[in-house]
Amino acid sequence: MRWLFLFCMLTSLPAAAAINVFACEPEWAALAQELGGDKVAAVSATTAFQDPHHIEARPSLIARVRSADLVICSGSDLEVGWLPLLLSQSGNGRVQPGSPGYLEASQYVMRLEVPRVLDRSMGDVHPGGNPHIHTDARNIAKVAAVLGARLAQIDAANAATYRSRTQDFDRRWKEAIARWEQQAARLKGVTVVPHHKDFSYLINWLGMREAGDLEPKPGIPPTTSQLAQLVDQMKQAPAKMIVYSSYNDPKAAQFLSQRTGIPSVMLPFTVGGSDKAKDLFGYFDDVIARLTGPLQ
Amino acid sequence: MFRKKWYAAALAAIACSAHAQQSDEVKRLEERVQQLEQRVQESQAQAAARQQSESAFNPAVSATLNGVYANLKQNPDTYRINGFVPTMSAVAPPPRGFSLGESELGIAANVDHLFRGTLIAAIQPDGTGVDVEEAYIQTLALSHGFSVKAGRFFSAVGYQNQIHAHAWDFTDAPLVMKAFLGGQLKEDGVQVKWIAPTDLYLDIGAEFGRGAQFPGATAGKNGAGSVNAFTNLGGDIGAGMAWQAGLSYYQTSPGDRAYDDPLSATANSFTGSSKLWALSGVLKWAPNGNNTVSNFKLQGEYFRRKEDGDLTFDPAGAALADAYKSAQSGWYAQAVYQFMPKWRVGYRYDELSSGATTIGLVDSGALAPASFPILAEYKPTRHTAMLDWSPSEFSRVRLQFARDYSRQGEPDNQVFLQYIVSLGAHGAHRF
Repeated sequence: MRWLFLFCMLTSLPAAAAINVFACEPEWAALAQELGGDKVAAVSATTAFQDPHHIEARPSLIARVRSADLVICSGSDLEVGWLPLLLSQSGNGRVQPGSPGYLEASQYVMRLEVPRVLDRSMGDVHPGGNPHIHTDARNIAKVAAVLGARLAQIDAANAATYRSRTQDFDRRWKEAIARWEQQAARLKGVTVVPHHKDFSYLINWLGMREAGDLEPKPGIPPTTSQLAQLVDQMKQAPAKMIVYSSYNDPKAAQFLSQRTGIPSVMLPFTVGGSDKAKDLFGYFDDVIARLTGPLQ
Repeated sequence: MFRKKWYAAALAAIACSAHAQQSDEVKRLEERVQQLEQRVQESQAQAAARQQSESAFNPAVSATLNGVYANLKQNPDTYRINGFVPTMSAVAPPPRGFSLGESELGIAANVDHLFRGTLIAAIQPDGTGVDVEEAYIQTLALSHGFSVKAGRFFSAVGYQNQIHAHAWDFTDAPLVMKAFLGGQLKEDGVQVKWIAPTDLYLDIGAEFGRGAQFPGATAGKNGAGSVNAFTNLGGDIGAGMAWQAGLSYYQTSPGDRAYDDPLSATANSFTGSSKLWALSGVLKWAPNGNNTVSNFKLQGEYFRRKEDGDLTFDPAGAALADAYKSAQSGWYAQAVYQFMPKWRVGYRYDELSSGATTIGLVDSGALAPASFPILAEYKPTRHTAMLDWSPSEFSRVRLQFARDYSRQGEPDNQVFLQYIVSLGAHGAHRF
């Protein structure tokens, strides 16, 4: 009995001053840090070099969810292979789905590619639509509003700080969006071949066109027959570039690029995916610079 | 509504278009109208997907199918692990030729805001019925790192015992699990676990169970028939590596745990205490922690069991009883490497040590050692190699070779060709 009491004493000690935010992906950790400043300590479960579909439910992640005040993830089943386990193993009632400490970013934006028919023969499709919503900068603004309000709810003592920081972020972000849209104007109508459906929102936002994927089906690694078919297709109607993300195996993109002479472009998947993508602003600056580069 | 407004705006724009510049504007407006139309359609489709329905709260349902082709040098009916008390459970290799493995049916959902429920049933291929593999509830809303599980669950003894067979890296269980846990140890009881509020993962837990399954045997008493205490440590080394180490101590007091000696065909029974220590370690590596292209997994466990009590020879006939004491151990180590997307190779080495078992009936001269042939000292070993191909995360085909020295003097060559697929809800696998 005494040791149990001691445990409870230890565990109910006031947590560090900052609110602990556990983000499944780096973009949400970066956003929480923007909105919370020094009131928030955000960690990301993944990096821009990891495929967020396939993450091990590692002990270190369980330990972090256990002490989190807020869990923010893309949702739409992107993390279905590992997040439910982290939540159920964590022994943390504050961050379970349905509580204020749990936020699925994709629930607050318009999702693309919501399948009408669900069948695994179509690959690793997500019933809720494409989960990689963060590649459209306008979605970040929408999630920022929700996250700012959620932080204010969880940490009421600092609500005013979160509100003013959120407003400030929103202003700077909208200015940046106007700048990015202007810089990306020449990308309108440009056809690209992506590796995976990682950048569907980006392509949609900037008015680009997608001419097939390197993956024969979502989540299925590229096959030689799929690549051969793409080579033929590119000879008929060449795309302007082949894009792959920082966590994709570059071999397939490089193969197609060599066979067709179409440039392949590595895009940071998210914050931290390249030297310049240090924060959310740097991320989109870099993505647009890399996309417009081959057109000059 | 939107459509009308935009058409009106577009028409208005057309009406006053006298200049080329303005017709550009019209074009852009038309484009926007089209975009908006598309959006309205999409949001209608999304709304339709969320219609009311009775089945909206259906739990996550999944099924796992597996089948094996086995080519075995020795008849699996004669399978035994020399030096060790037979567990009287299904630890033998699958039958020769084609056979269907267990078909698993899993149902899981949040019960309410406090509990989550999981049921995993194994449908036996030979028509012997349905086994409840796991059926438990677990708490969701306890805080401070506590969680409680109740029902039937795989006991936290060692590492692999808690993992479902379809997620194992080899077709069959390590020898330590076959010899010390009767294959896989399921416990009916309660588990309490606490996770420390530290960056380094640390959990401490205890299980109180019925102790009905080997190494226990129904004692028919109130209170806990078995107790298991466990702790795990885990963390990351850089972005690419993660590790976990565990220690557990399982104790039970089997009453009249019967076994048939496969070599002499006599029945015997044990009453006393059984204590099992299990030490486990797992290390996983992937370049940058991205396991899609290549990854590596190293896993090992060490088991040590002490049994102390009375052994009764032929309880139905001669019924001679005297002291029995054993200290036995075993370990395995395995490595699995994904060398390119979809393809993995693996190797496992198993070793058991029966130690010298003290049998009072033999020491007193009442019976000859030959009366307990299976308990004679022996050191079973096994080498296993496998190659598997997983076209998606829902299917796997595996080829496995093993040289198995479980039977003294009768080494077995085993070849397995196996498929494992999962249907339905996307399961989450533990570390």
